[in-house]
Amino acid sequence: MAYALQQLINGVALGMIYGLIAVGYTMVYGIIGMINFAHGDIFMVGAFISLISFVLISSGGWAAGPGAILLVLLVSMAVTALYGWSVERVAYRPLRGSFRLAPLISAIGMSIVLQNYVQVAQGARVKPMESIVTGGVELWHGNGFAVSISTMQAMIVIVTLVVLAVFTWLVTRTPLGRAMRACEQDRKMAGLLGIDTDRTISITFVIGAALAAVAGTMYLLRYGVIDFYIGFLAGVKAFTAAVLGGIGSLPGAVLGGLLIGLIETFWSAYFSVQYKDVATFAILVITLIFMPTGLLGRAEVEKV
Amino acid sequence: MSGVAVPHEGGVPHNDDGVPDPGEMTGIPRTAAPPPPRPPLAHALRDAGIAALVALGLFIPLVGLRTDVGPSGGGLFIRTRWTDVAIIVGLVFAGRLALNLWESLRPERRAPTARRTALLGRIGLLVAPVLLGFAIALPFLPGTSRYVLDLGILVLTYVMLGWGLNIVVGLAGLLDLGYVAFYAVGAYSYALLSTTVGLSFWICLPLAGLLAAFWGVLLGFPVLRLRGDYLAIVTLAFGEIIRVVLINWVSLTGGPNGISGIPRPSFFGLSFSAGGGPGSFSDFFGLEPSPTHRVVFLYYLILALALLTNWVTLRLRRQPLGRAWEALREDEIACRALGINVTNTKLTAFAIGAMFGGFAGAFFATRQAFVSPESFTFIESAIILAIVVLGGLGSQLGVALAALIMIGGFEAFRDLEEWRMLAFGAAMVVIMVWRPRGMVSTRTPSISLGKRKSISGDLVGEGHG
Repeated sequence: MAYALQQLINGVALGMIYGLIAVGYTMVYGIIGMINFAHGDIFMVGAFISLISFVLISSGGWAAGPGAILLVLLVSMAVTALYGWSVERVAYRPLRGSFRLAPLISAIGMSIVLQNYVQVAQGARVKPMESIVTGGVELWHGNGFAVSISTMQAMIVIVTLVVLAVFTWLVTRTPLGRAMRACEQDRKMAGLLGIDTDRTISITFVIGAALAAVAGTMYLLRYGVIDFYIGFLAGVKAFTAAVLGGIGSLPGAVLGGLLIGLIETFWSAYFSVQYKDVATFAILVITLIFMPTGLLGRAEVEKV
Repeated sequence: MSGVAVPHEGGVPHNDDGVPDPGEMTGIPRTAAPPPPRPPLAHALRDAGIAALVALGLFIPLVGLRTDVGPSGGGLFIRTRWTDVAIIVGLVFAGRLALNLWESLRPERRAPTARRTALLGRIGLLVAPVLLGFAIALPFLPGTSRYVLDLGILVLTYVMLGWGLNIVVGLAGLLDLGYVAFYAVGAYSYALLSTTVGLSFWICLPLAGLLAAFWGVLLGFPVLRLRGDYLAIVTLAFGEIIRVVLINWVSLTGGPNGISGIPRPSFFGLSFSAGGGPGSFSDFFGLEPSPTHRVVFLYYLILALALLTNWVTLRLRRQPLGRAWEALREDEIACRALGINVTNTKLTAFAIGAMFGGFAGAFFATRQAFVSPESFTFIESAIILAIVVLGGLGSQLGVALAALIMIGGFEAFRDLEEWRMLAFGAAMVVIMVWRPRGMVSTRTPSISLGKRKSISGDLVGEGHG
């Protein structure tokens, strides 16, 4: 029981990271109907920017306190958002209105570019970073197994919830969010009504990339090692989360992320670590086959 | 300046055609007056300046500040590389400026005249026979080294994989991102059958194809209802599942170490042993024993397999099955309404595409004499799909050309290590942006009323799902 509770805590912390990435997938899919294949790599770029910022701060003689973490988070969000914007501008916007496969291929190309760019620029070796956030609270002690929640896990959950709250406010309460939802429903009509759809789509990419940067920073702080390849697997899993929650649905993406995090953690804890990715992929396949709209998605009606 | 070029306050402009923002999106959208012509140089300079600014923001952290593990193995430290950043930003500025000036100064594109189109068509008809002739003659051309032959084998393997995937994506319109799974099934089938049971290559080749086709049906069955991007992601997941199983099922597949010592193929029972000796190829034909014989043989083997793929595809396109594939690609609902069995049509496309992937896999295993899961990563699937799409979906010649350019170009920059993969990805993006329909953007309809003629790729509903 205690063991399961501990896994629950671990799973929620992991799921939050997936949820943050999944929101980026689901937003982009909702608004332009494409899988932004490079989004996982945007997450990786975010993690690298945070790493560089942390090293810069520590070599500048700053103590790594909450202020430093907040600063790093903001820097990472800003730069990663710029990456997200540039990717959309260079690789996707010229292909808008083109046939369906073109943006997907372009996105796969962009994913390869980002991965190898970081590899060339920062080296192929894994980058370790000493943990900054340490300590934790022992919640419960039973049967010789202590259930604890580390400060890091608590921080992931709190930061994610705060970021998601801001994001939800942005989407539901501001003119920008209204424009985004309008574009999602009917891009052509939104354009006719005076919404600058190109700008709205750009902002969607910017927000998605900023959320991925938060996820990247949390990932870096939690695991302490990153390399240029972390984006692929995290991206596929986050996409699975988005699909599981119902693609296009923002609460669905977070719910899906949590579920994927929990499933992965419990699978690793009770079955086998080697096959944890198979478990995730199997869930993706099963969801799509039996419930293509996901948990919170709307069914698509096809008109002939 | 006629006052239209509103300077953007900081940040980056969101539309570079100079139209002012609609503001707060309240009220009635203004009637857009046609923008008067601007001085091209000023606009181009401003735009390039903005691009350079963005590049500065992008490259300062990741290129300018390189993190390295300290010499003592301790924490990371930063090495600055400002000159590199300056060079890149300069390149971005110059490139963007040149692009802008080219856009505004280039002469009006002349409408294609009938004569020009006819001329291009005639040249296009010549390309395929010339390429084929070159491919057949390559081993005997003067100056063909072992390296060139190896490269030819590699390119032809990708041509074959591209043609195989073209059946699934180009003809049937089913987007498959896990094609490498069938390649892996073929390779491991041959590797396991030959090393454990001791079957020869020529028996294993059809078996590998059959097994891959079987897996194609097995994986195709659950995804019958899915379309487009969803199908792509599920096939990607299948590809990854097969790879993870190959890595972890150590007792059967040898895990990450793979299977080595896979037997080489023989030429009607004649082996290609380097030392010659009785029963070997060189002994039978009275030739000087040479390791080149095997390479030449492998070259012709993959050429024959690739041509077989092409021939089967071309024949199938004229038969009811191929026509059903193409009809399915264009409109699935209409297909159902016309009484085409969609299930069987999709499954045969998966099976036949997978079968050729399996053949190519068996060839890969026998050429390398070694297989490991590392050869079957997602990136392989992406490369094969990229070849098909960049060449022009459904165009056999386009796929061959794309394989030649992408794989040949990729190998030509072998010394550049990590850079060439970067260039490969960039090439994918650039070609897609430049020609979304691929390099060969015309298609030949399978059936036409009267004279056969090429049509634009835009008229074909490829990749809809």
